[in-house]
Amino acid sequence: MAEEKNLVEVSHLKQYFPVSQGFHKIPLKAVDDVSFTIKPGETLGLVGESGCGKTTVGRSLLQLYKPTAGRIVFDGDVLFDSGEQYDANGEVICGEDGKPVIKNPVKVNMLPYRKRMQMVFQDPYSSLDPRMTVEDIIGEPLDVHHLYKNKKERREKILDLMATVGLNAEHAMRYAHEFSGGQRQRIGIARALAVNPDFIVCDEPVSALDVSIQAQVINMFEDLQDKLGLAYLFIAHDLLVVHHISDRIAVMYLGHLMEIADADELNDNPIHPYTLSLLSAVPIPDPETARHSHRIVLEGDVPSPLKMPTGCPFRTRCRYATEQCAAERPILTDRGNGHMVACFNK
Amino acid sequence: MAEEKLKKRAFLSSQIDLSKFNAKDFEKATDEEKRQQDVMGESTTFFKDGMRRLRKNPLAMASIVVLIIIIAIAIVAPHICPYSYSSIITVDGRRDKGATDLEPMQWSELEAQYMEKTGKKLFPHIFGTDSMGRDYFIRVVYGTRVSLLVGIVAAVMVLIIGLIYGSIAGYFGGTVDLIMMRIVDVIYSLPDMLIIILLSVVLQERLTPLIKGTSLAKLGANMISMFIVFALLYWVGMARLVRGQILQIKNNEYVLAAKSIGTPNGRILRKHIIPNCLSIIIITTALQIPSAIFTESYLSFIGLGVSLPLTSLGSLANDARAAMQTYPLRLVIPAVVISLIVLAFNLLGDGLRDAFDTKLN
Repeated sequence: MAEEKNLVEVSHLKQYFPVSQGFHKIPLKAVDDVSFTIKPGETLGLVGESGCGKTTVGRSLLQLYKPTAGRIVFDGDVLFDSGEQYDANGEVICGEDGKPVIKNPVKVNMLPYRKRMQMVFQDPYSSLDPRMTVEDIIGEPLDVHHLYKNKKERREKILDLMATVGLNAEHAMRYAHEFSGGQRQRIGIARALAVNPDFIVCDEPVSALDVSIQAQVINMFEDLQDKLGLAYLFIAHDLLVVHHISDRIAVMYLGHLMEIADADELNDNPIHPYTLSLLSAVPIPDPETARHSHRIVLEGDVPSPLKMPTGCPFRTRCRYATEQCAAERPILTDRGNGHMVACFNK
Repeated sequence: MAEEKLKKRAFLSSQIDLSKFNAKDFEKATDEEKRQQDVMGESTTFFKDGMRRLRKNPLAMASIVVLIIIIAIAIVAPHICPYSYSSIITVDGRRDKGATDLEPMQWSELEAQYMEKTGKKLFPHIFGTDSMGRDYFIRVVYGTRVSLLVGIVAAVMVLIIGLIYGSIAGYFGGTVDLIMMRIVDVIYSLPDMLIIILLSVVLQERLTPLIKGTSLAKLGANMISMFIVFALLYWVGMARLVRGQILQIKNNEYVLAAKSIGTPNGRILRKHIIPNCLSIIIITTALQIPSAIFTESYLSFIGLGVSLPLTSLGSLANDARAAMQTYPLRLVIPAVVISLIVLAFNLLGDGLRDAFDTKLN
């Protein structure tokens, strides 16, 4: 797999949002120094608790927000590069004046790439325009990218897409509010597929659905991946779902990546203390097994992203925290087989 | 199924009485039967749904009927009624100097003689005549025309300017929004009546030679300056409202979804944002019409409205003021028509809001 080219490369992605407090603005570090890669046809799961920046990673990756810093490469083309240079330890190289050295910042027109990178949204209720029919919702990407020659071809393409996601042709003229959550999510998926993308960011696509519908939609994602060779960035907070669909899983906490590993490896052999506690919180269907399992309960609350702890962001709630954790931030290091962990003590 | 073996259901038991069923009732549904369950309701659009609610509102429907009647009369009456709003009644080519201050449905002596002589029946003076001997009904009709025209043109101008300005400020946000909204605040703080009076005085001199000989001349410089004032001042309320709506709507995920598709900003505004705040815009426009009519009546009443001999409901009321004691009807009629129009538009606007503003339901 090593020789295969990466489809998506994200390095040192930072996304800060200015938050005004009184008269001065302070940055809310939603995503801070996140790097990962996704290969063609691969699924990278991204997990973490609410508010840790998972969604922001997906949106920054598609440049729906302008990233504060970092570099995003898609299929060999640099889409965004703020131009900071990094040394081997992941530190920003600064010039003599103490400011980071900026080389060749890049910002491209995203329109041609929007055809190849798409997004499925979390909330199937607010992500579809209530004033548009299903046909127009699915047809919008076709209109924007001029993907048809005449009305007939447009309609055929839309009906094809609807069949692909398991919607009936007679639903085309209906409005989104007439559908159930699962059906709405299918409409959202059809819209993402309309431009025939290589890569889809799935932003918690199943968390708003009930369990039986979740299974259907997840199976559909897998079928589509087999059929169309799609790569996914699958964002979720449900580890079971992510483990089921992902090839690799990245664990996020407070805007930082804590651990990346193959899905099975992460499940069987988690290293980072945060991953351990996340895994222990997965509900076990069998009460007998559940009785003997040991739940690691984290102490305290998630710190505010406005007041990040120094060093390792997890240290305030970590049982293994030492002075080193407070002094410097651990970077992701390879523990063999591409299992990357950002922790000094484990 | 052995029905005989089933025990008889105990009295007051909540258990289902199986004796009422037979084996056939427990057969699996065939595909045909399953399909019959698939019937979906008629697809209703937002607009149809709103119209259905509007039709159930008796006040709004009554307003629509009143407005349709008033508008129909305003359009049709000048074609049927043989009298002119601007000239004294003539009988057989002769000016009828005795036709002043007639009571409703009365004829002057000259007219009565003429009718007796020729045996033809003349069109009645439904509201009588005024002190100059002009048919009052047709003057009221023309006044209504002017008032409605002012109301609708002003509302449309306010709509267009406010919509464009508000959408740009709301959609782009940030500094653009800040600057544009401060301009709005400045305009908002100007006393509008004072500006209207000042502008119509100043503009009248400038405009009169400009519009001379054009079709606008008939409307009068005062009227044009009134439109200019509406265009300058009254859009701010609409702009604020549209901006507020857009700020709210642009945070919806479907706007983000459109961006992720690569939809250009103009298209997002046109296809996603404006249709979703259209109901509020329509309602506000409907409520803008009576306010413009009111302003026009007020200005005409104090003598700044339409120029003679054209009339509006406000100037009719002003003219009638002098003879209020003797001919009260001449004041009452235009006042009632203004009230009817304003009330009907207001009630219709309220009805539209109840029907289309889904947040209230």
